[in-house]
Amino acid sequence: MEYVSPEGLRLDGRRPMEMRQIRAEIGAVSKADGSAIFEMGNTKVIAAVYGPREVQNRNQQISSHALVRCEYSMANFSTGDRMRKPKGDRRSTEISLVIRQTMEACILTHLLPRSQIDIYVQVLQADGGTRSACINAATLALADAGIPMRDLVTSCSAGYLNSTPLLDLNYVEDSAGGPDVTLGILPKLDKVTLLQMDSKLPIDILENVMQLAIEGCKAIANYIREVLLENTKQLEYRRGV
Amino acid sequence: MREIQLPLSQTQKVRLQKALEQLESLSTKVNSDASVIIADSIHVNHEDGVLKGHGTADLNGEVVATLCGVVERVNKLVYVRALRSRYKPEVGDIVIGRVVEVAQKRWRLEINYNQDAVLLLSSMNMPDGVQRRRTAVDELNMRCIFEENDVVCAEVRGFQHDGLHLQARSRKYGKLNRGQLLTVPPYLVKRQKQHFHHLEEFGIDLILGCNGFIWVGEHVEAKDDMIEDQVSQSDSQVLFPNKNCVSLEEQEKNYTILETRKYISRAANAVRVLSTLGFNITLEIIKGIIDLSLSMNLDIHDMLGSEFCVLVAEKEAERRSSMKKRR
Repeated sequence: MEYVSPEGLRLDGRRPMEMRQIRAEIGAVSKADGSAIFEMGNTKVIAAVYGPREVQNRNQQISSHALVRCEYSMANFSTGDRMRKPKGDRRSTEISLVIRQTMEACILTHLLPRSQIDIYVQVLQADGGTRSACINAATLALADAGIPMRDLVTSCSAGYLNSTPLLDLNYVEDSAGGPDVTLGILPKLDKVTLLQMDSKLPIDILENVMQLAIEGCKAIANYIREVLLENTKQLEYRRGV
Repeated sequence: MREIQLPLSQTQKVRLQKALEQLESLSTKVNSDASVIIADSIHVNHEDGVLKGHGTADLNGEVVATLCGVVERVNKLVYVRALRSRYKPEVGDIVIGRVVEVAQKRWRLEINYNQDAVLLLSSMNMPDGVQRRRTAVDELNMRCIFEENDVVCAEVRGFQHDGLHLQARSRKYGKLNRGQLLTVPPYLVKRQKQHFHHLEEFGIDLILGCNGFIWVGEHVEAKDDMIEDQVSQSDSQVLFPNKNCVSLEEQEKNYTILETRKYISRAANAVRVLSTLGFNITLEIIKGIIDLSLSMNLDIHDMLGSEFCVLVAEKEAERRSSMKKRR
């Protein structure tokens, strides 16, 4: 199968360094303290944040900083094969832990001692890059909830197929068995906060693929910044006073 | 970008969009420019020696925001006023909370804060009004005063080593009965001198808690409690009201007439409309919405419909426009 045509076009008509259409919506869950929907192409993720609030399990309370919990789930209808996985399966647990660690690194937890922040992420449509979309949705939801953070975490994936680095893989490219790099960065601080990779990749090509993913993360950061600024201005002028 | 979650028809959508655009044009340019999001740089004059306040952080000698909100500058203090966030207590705030736990000598109240607030038995007036030391009998009878899921009005006392403390030392504080509790984002409730309002023409009380909890209930005269207490003492009845009593006398005492209940629901729906649209919640605006719905002979449930919400948005745009011209 040919994933990149000789003219340099991918299966869905994108160039190798082109990202899928991004869309974000804030305030999708009215009862949550913060919520967001994030779409990358056909991948659609909804995130809700509750808190900072009282720790529900008293023995888990930390006196110096906040306790961050994350729960990731995929809707049964989100993939082509309708699967009925139990909630605690291995993949969900692993992704929940990844999102929690990524968010814990950027939330200023020491400002919220003895409290708990719950992040719930659900994939509504999966078409590759679900991990990145979840992290972006969680970042938007945390910003909407007014939780202090040192920077906005943005995430993007990249791959390497037909001797070409590709940005923002979709499902078909992801299933091709080639290398898949998921990267999360703090764009203002210019730090990498998450790096995951499947399959094998030579070290010199890894740097090229990583650089491509960093460019993608920064593009997503610019878009998220615009969305949040528009939302903040809107809240202010609606409130009045 | 934040959609108003209402089923709007095409005409209503256009009208609402027009009203919101008018509100945006009426908003001051300074506020629009002062909006920041997380990791935005805030321009400060370093020679003046600025103080970095809430919502800011230092990054390589540069002041950056850690919240989405509006930058405020007070003399040398620079801070970010967060919009959507949990309540930030200040000493003296009037708050409304829900009892979540009755522990030893204290109640724990949920007040939309990072942690539960604490109301000590010694920080409130006893129901009989007598000023005396609290005894072990009082501790055993704590559930007769407030039990789980009661709605309580109190005042922020301050932070202690074990968390946020409240107090309820006046007649106007205490348990809230015969009404509705509403929750709105705290940034919509402005801090004012008066948070207890009596709407005389409707016979209802309105308490705008600083934490976003709003109580709309039947009017209660503070003096009546004293008279009742004296009657109770003279009759040598039990000091605390007997909750298990279901006699006709008790039912009659707790009954609220239909007219008052309708006004309570109308006021509650007015607050809900303001919360849905994201407008500031003050007594004048609530009264205006109630009067608007009454003048239109609108049913109470129709106040939450799309048509009335769009109308409220248009009226608010007119009101702010006229206020701006008057200024």
